[in-house]
Amino acid sequence: MATTAVPTDRLRFGRPAGFAQTARRDAWWIEPVLTLVGLGSFVVYATWAALQGKFYYIGNLLSPFYSPEIWGPSPHAMFGPQPAWLPWPSFLPFSAAILVLAIPGNFRLTCYYYRGAYYKAFWADPPACGVGEPARGSYLGERTLPLVMQNVHRYFLYGAILVWFFLVHDVWKAVWFLQADGTEALGLSVGGVVLAVNVVLLWFYCTGCHSLRHLIGGRLKVFSKHPMQHMAWKVVTWLNCRHKLFAWCSLFSVGFSDIYVRLCAMGVWHDLRLFMI
Amino acid sequence: MAQATFQIFRGDSKGGALQTYTTDVGEGMVALDCVHQIQAESAPDLAVRWNCKAGKCGSCSAEVNGRPRLLCMTRMADLPEGEPVRIEPMHTFPLLRDLVTDVSWNYGVKKKIAKFAPRKPDAADGSWRMQQEDIDRVQEFRKCIECYLCQDVCHVLRDHAKHDEFAGPRFFVYTAALEMHPIDTGDRIDAVKDEQNIGYCNITKCCTTVCPEGITITDNAIIPLKERVADKHYDPLLWLARKLGIGDGETGAGA
Repeated sequence: MATTAVPTDRLRFGRPAGFAQTARRDAWWIEPVLTLVGLGSFVVYATWAALQGKFYYIGNLLSPFYSPEIWGPSPHAMFGPQPAWLPWPSFLPFSAAILVLAIPGNFRLTCYYYRGAYYKAFWADPPACGVGEPARGSYLGERTLPLVMQNVHRYFLYGAILVWFFLVHDVWKAVWFLQADGTEALGLSVGGVVLAVNVVLLWFYCTGCHSLRHLIGGRLKVFSKHPMQHMAWKVVTWLNCRHKLFAWCSLFSVGFSDIYVRLCAMGVWHDLRLFMI
Repeated sequence: MAQATFQIFRGDSKGGALQTYTTDVGEGMVALDCVHQIQAESAPDLAVRWNCKAGKCGSCSAEVNGRPRLLCMTRMADLPEGEPVRIEPMHTFPLLRDLVTDVSWNYGVKKKIAKFAPRKPDAADGSWRMQQEDIDRVQEFRKCIECYLCQDVCHVLRDHAKHDEFAGPRFFVYTAALEMHPIDTGDRIDAVKDEQNIGYCNITKCCTTVCPEGITITDNAIIPLKERVADKHYDPLLWLARKLGIGDGETGAGA
């Protein structure tokens, strides 16, 4: 029988372990590192793409980062080019994306799944389950500003669903092709497929939202009096169980949709037309 | 029969150390069997709390290789072969001796939660009528065996020691079971916000990960409670609707 010293301080009630201290032997750091790299890359790319203000459309394709294009130089703009009365900081190029990205961006920022993921990956709070945190003066959680604002998640959900309908409209526009005689014909290109897959994944992500699950029926005490809401709650619950999956798939698809349209617009590749009717 | 090496914490609140033991491990043995065998062979004074050996009493909670687990549900075959198995007491509660911690803090937290308050009976014989679909959601929460592994792994308690302010995942499950019960008339949402301080939870889902009963604590109990708190305290439109007397009142008691 041998004896090994163990830091007994952390076995005492209320004494935190040191940063990354754990007896876990699995590769606990993989998930937070993947989250850090995945989410971090997306945020950097999305910020860069939103600030470009160009190469975001070609023909009938519009990048989802720039939709709905309220004002802008493209034919997709709802109200034409940037109005003179709209104040814009001189150090930034005008970009329609900046006007709308706050809605889906904040929807993801306040999403219950992402919160848990980025608190671990970006703040190490905690780095992983049962793994010690860096020393901090205090812990406030989501009780006070700024994190108490996470409670308005449902309002970003409403906004994200509104934006989603514009993305559906973009898919509809993406399947109409201008002909030489000036008429439009129905068809499908790879770009149309990319945008369509994106809206499907975004729909599954939005409708698996925890806030929607609550609002659509979870708030009720008695389901049997509200069979339609109960049915809707069960559907949302099914999607909610896969919220993490659709969060990542839709994040990838929305980023890839922008890359696809951007590279088409830059002439790096061409939007392959699959068929015309 | 293969031999396995164990590093088991021995000591009390004044201090202690990991002590190494070896014992034979047979087919189908769980960590608790090995601890008992070590007690019988070489450490008769080793303190371990246990009862049912069937994952139903929640007594043998400990940390095996750094993961909060029930000793009786930890199969030796599932642990890495050839490596010493490290067994420690739960870190979040005061240590009594060896693998035994004092979990009585939890009992005090539970006492503070407003009890089940059923509406008036539906029938003259004092009974109620409920539909199965109304009770399905709550039955998941009734599986809780109060092993307190979720409390042990929760970083708000484990690392930030908010025992005086934060109820912890076990008691959000308990409160959710009451709040979602079809015949309950209580309203615990203000207490969930201000006394249980659900806002400390940052949804890391560690509690769900360790639950031996597979209760989806975060998604089915904590987040729905957070949403109920948002309904009442952080949603300006619902606040306005309440002021104007608009709404179906369905979140109300016994609706």
